[in-house]
Amino acid sequence: MTETKELQAKGKVEVPASAEQIKPGPMFTPNVDIFETDKEIIMLADIPGVKAPDLTIDLRDDTLTLTGEVKPLNRPEEDDILIEYQFGRYYRQFTLAEVIDQGKIDAALNDGVLRLALPKLEKAMPRQITIKAG
Amino acid sequence: MIIKRMFDFPNYGWRSAFDDQERIRREMDRLFGQVAGQAYWPTHAGVFPLVNVTEDQDHFYIRSEIPGMKSEEISMSATGRNLSISGERKIASEGENVRYHRREREDGKFSRVIALPSDIEVGKIEAGYVDGILSIKIPKSEAAKPKQITVK
Repeated sequence: MTETKELQAKGKVEVPASAEQIKPGPMFTPNVDIFETDKEIIMLADIPGVKAPDLTIDLRDDTLTLTGEVKPLNRPEEDDILIEYQFGRYYRQFTLAEVIDQGKIDAALNDGVLRLALPKLEKAMPRQITIKAG
Repeated sequence: MIIKRMFDFPNYGWRSAFDDQERIRREMDRLFGQVAGQAYWPTHAGVFPLVNVTEDQDHFYIRSEIPGMKSEEISMSATGRNLSISGERKIASEGENVRYHRREREDGKFSRVIALPSDIEVGKIEAGYVDGILSIKIPKSEAAKPKQITVK
């Protein structure tokens, strides 16, 4: 028997401010799944409301930074009745242990979920060293 | 003075001309919540999905963040002044040979009923699902719309 669990309501987690923010508005930590196979590291992130042009993925040295901008859907003439969640930017940073082949990174954004594939760099081929007798 | 009431939400009572005070109170809660390291936005009914409800003169708008669904996987029905949303969020298996470092995204079923403050046109509800956000536009019934009265 397979029973499906019920989804629990959870508020978004705000990013603790490490530096002073210049842009106004809250910033949230997206939920992610990260897993790896022998060839690549895959990251899935829930970033509802972010459109592809507003998403920035930055890999510098071994630090991967995700930033997503969210534009409000509310029109100014609407009045709030019940506000249960806030919207704002998404931000999350990871340090990668593996060396990534930067040219082959693949990112796809569908229905508010980002799938980022980071292929591992092929390890330097083991070299045979022959010692010549002098 | 316009008074709206939502019975379903324990944390949400009367709304009135004291809206500004309410807003300040919420802002204060948010500030103190941050200091105490609590959840950012504690005011919700505790049922997935979390929704934002707004209105203009003729419509109610419900918006909800449910990333990673297909529009056909979300079902909705409306009666009187209630709207129910249900579905199941599925996360596809990635196979046997993967090693997880983080697993924060959750799957499962959900079902929620939202009671609106006035009667709605059940037959004319429009819903869309874009970028993981479900948006529902609900026309108010004729009786619930505000009428302009001209003073002669």
